[in-house]
Amino acid sequence: MPAFVNDLRGWLTRSPSRFLSGSPEREGAGKEKETNMSNLGPLLELKNIRKDFFGNQVLQDINLTLNEGEVLGLVGENGAGKSTLMKILFGMNEIHDTGGYGGDVLLNGSKVNFSSPFDALAAGIGMVHQEFSLIPGFTATENILLNREPMRKSFLSEIFGSRLNTLDRKDMKRRADDAIEKMGVHIEGEMTINEMPVGHKQFTEIARELSKEQLKLLILDEPTAVLAEQEAEALLDSIRGMSARGIAVIFITHRLQEILDVCDKVVVMRDGVLVKDVPASETSVSEITGWMVGRSVGSSATLHREPPETRTILSMRRLWVDMPGELVRDVNLDVREGEILGIGGLAGQGKLGIPNGVMGLYPAGGSVEFDGKSIPLNQPRACLDAQLAFVSEDRRGVGLLLGESMEWNIAFPAMQIRGSFLKSWLGGAIKWRDDKAIEEVTRKYIEDLQIRCTGGRQNVKELSGGNQQKVCLAKAFALEPKFLFVSEPTRGIDVGAKALVLQELTKFNRESGVTIVMISSELEELRQICDRIAIVSGGRIAGILPATSPSEEFGALMVSSVV
Amino acid sequence: MSEYVKESERSVGTRVRQALKSFGLPRLIIALFLLLMFVLTPFAGSNLVAQITNVINRFSWNAVLVLAMVPMVHSGCGLNFGLPVGIIAGLLGATCAIEWGFTGPVTFWMAILIATPFALLFGAAYGWLLNKIKGGEMMIATYVGFSVVSFFCMMWLVLPFKKGDIAWGFEGTGLRTTFPLDKYYEGVLSNFLRIQIGRLVIPTGALLFFALLALLIWAFLHTKTGTAMTAVGSNPNFARASGINVDRIRLLSVVMSTWLAAVGILVYEQGFGFVQLYNAPFNMALPAVSAILIGGASANKASITNVIIGTILFQGIVTMTPTVMNGLINLDISEVLRMVVSNGMILYALTRKTEVSR
Repeated sequence: MPAFVNDLRGWLTRSPSRFLSGSPEREGAGKEKETNMSNLGPLLELKNIRKDFFGNQVLQDINLTLNEGEVLGLVGENGAGKSTLMKILFGMNEIHDTGGYGGDVLLNGSKVNFSSPFDALAAGIGMVHQEFSLIPGFTATENILLNREPMRKSFLSEIFGSRLNTLDRKDMKRRADDAIEKMGVHIEGEMTINEMPVGHKQFTEIARELSKEQLKLLILDEPTAVLAEQEAEALLDSIRGMSARGIAVIFITHRLQEILDVCDKVVVMRDGVLVKDVPASETSVSEITGWMVGRSVGSSATLHREPPETRTILSMRRLWVDMPGELVRDVNLDVREGEILGIGGLAGQGKLGIPNGVMGLYPAGGSVEFDGKSIPLNQPRACLDAQLAFVSEDRRGVGLLLGESMEWNIAFPAMQIRGSFLKSWLGGAIKWRDDKAIEEVTRKYIEDLQIRCTGGRQNVKELSGGNQQKVCLAKAFALEPKFLFVSEPTRGIDVGAKALVLQELTKFNRESGVTIVMISSELEELRQICDRIAIVSGGRIAGILPATSPSEEFGALMVSSVV
Repeated sequence: MSEYVKESERSVGTRVRQALKSFGLPRLIIALFLLLMFVLTPFAGSNLVAQITNVINRFSWNAVLVLAMVPMVHSGCGLNFGLPVGIIAGLLGATCAIEWGFTGPVTFWMAILIATPFALLFGAAYGWLLNKIKGGEMMIATYVGFSVVSFFCMMWLVLPFKKGDIAWGFEGTGLRTTFPLDKYYEGVLSNFLRIQIGRLVIPTGALLFFALLALLIWAFLHTKTGTAMTAVGSNPNFARASGINVDRIRLLSVVMSTWLAAVGILVYEQGFGFVQLYNAPFNMALPAVSAILIGGASANKASITNVIIGTILFQGIVTMTPTVMNGLINLDISEVLRMVVSNGMILYALTRKTEVSR
């Protein structure tokens, strides 16, 4: 049994941290000492890894060790820093382009600094990304050995050089089959990628990494997200097999049970900090979810009030939305007038699909009733006319006219929908843009929302993320809506702007009586300003809780029916 | 450790380079070249005033065709390489007006009137097509232009035009490749309020007519619908999320561009004095496209100023080079230069398009 072998290995090689699980919060300094004590050096060691994106700290003092053949489960909410950490490890360009990182990465005890993924590959690190990087028209074998094909010399290549070597198909097949066998899941080597079910594509990617002889460490970024249950089961078996062969695996997933099933240890990240590093055998799903979402107590008491017991203003029945990656399957949800309702949940579970579907930006079905009237779906204009407004999570793609001034961005929807900032001439035949009124309203919002800029004429493209988000809010406020959807309003913005955005939303709700539905990946942020929080899991509402409920309950709902 | 380049630490050299980049190196070179031409004119033995008159006249012929680029650029449909679609509508207007017996200046106004329904119809079909192939507008537009011109090469022969002035003499059917407008509307705009000071001639009427159309477009872009058009071009997703019917706005812009092209070719003919059929419309799109690009427009931003500056620069080069160069070196490179400038300019603008970040 591979798992058994692996356990034995663990006994022999694992650092003593396994025996020190009594101390719940791990500390960097202590860890280092421990690793030095172990006889066989760890395969991978991360020391005090720090990373900031232009002053925005996303990773702080990450310390981590990984032994040969060990399987590490990495979990955390979206934006916790998992991907950034993996990108550092894999030498991705965007890390260097944004100023590099702090701290050391040690591989087999010697310090490495990969300048590109090629270096990482050469050093024996493989990575399977969430998005497939396969050539659709090629067979699995060809994809597995792409650019590393065994060659055969021919008459032509003797003359013109190695570029005219022919492929050794037989050897290719042998090596691909070896890799597939190593993986332990059977896929057809001769099948072209575009004919494969999505699970097999995932396995082809894994086989490609396994076919590299020098592979020592494999990073799997949410590999089971696209797999059916049985396939996922097979993948877990395959991970056990790799581990038995001495390949270390870092396994990122939102399905926590898988982590417990297959991993030797679990590492939990939150807000760029490594909060927990425990053996998988000593923890449980509920404990992990608590670590994932939990935060220091009492950070969010100020804005709370009794949830208003008012009439239902918006109700969704059997709503489905076909938003790629955020599929909504069957949502029934009632929003009360004047409240702030939060919608949370893990990435890909459908929370973003809800506002995008109701506002007509993605194909949707079911019924939505607002203020007693039915809202036709798939018609953005109809929603806007009913005085609903939406601040999109896709700030740069949907939320802003990047190439235009702030004035235009703020005034445009109000002008088109509400007819504001227009002067009518010839009995309304000519609707002339009132640049003066636009200038005034922009100036007002610049002051109210403290937008840092050189003036209303400044191009939105030149603003920072936080200020762009404020422009998006101003745009929605200028529409004077009765109901506001706000999707991921604090994604990618700094702490100061975050606080201001949340405060302005609360103010808008309290002073203008506008009902707000806020969608966010950050539970803590929802708990700060919302009255009630609905958790989406598997495209359905898993439950609605008062914001004051303990975070473990939310965590349990988040993973309740993950697909 | 992290090291960031601060805004203030950028060297002077970078700033100069950026300023140059925003103005556009090709535009700068062309402007300097034109200036050089004016300076060299007396040395080449030609009359500077006559040359200036020439440039102003060419400007008055071509400006409306360049203006026709603006609506489509604003709505994000790119540069209107399908300009011949509108030109054909204008030619239909001209030929029909003559065929139906109008003579003298009134022919011009009748031609515009008759061309209008054709332009609306062709524009609507062309716009419908462009809405089907979002993202590849400019390439498709080029082919639409080619196809329409070729199709009408047949139509000019087949359509039942009978009038002796414009039909082939021997057969009595089929239109001639070129026919003069002296009996119809030659100079109908140019001669209106014409100012002549020595050798300097200013075609006031034609300039006023262009100013009127330019004013209308400028005004349109300040209305609610015009603002929506710019927003659609700037970010269609944003426009859609703001409740704009993106396809309808794009269609409107194509119809406007097509109608302006129809009027533009009639203005061109009244100045030039001839109607050219068959393959002639092929040669109208590229100069107009390059002119607006030289004027500083990009594939998704254009203003009336771009139109005016661009037309002056482009037509200036085209008219000045033959006389000045010939006078100096006895070698006609004007045609070659025109090709280099127009095609080079288009290439430059299209490479710049990808730099626009979304």
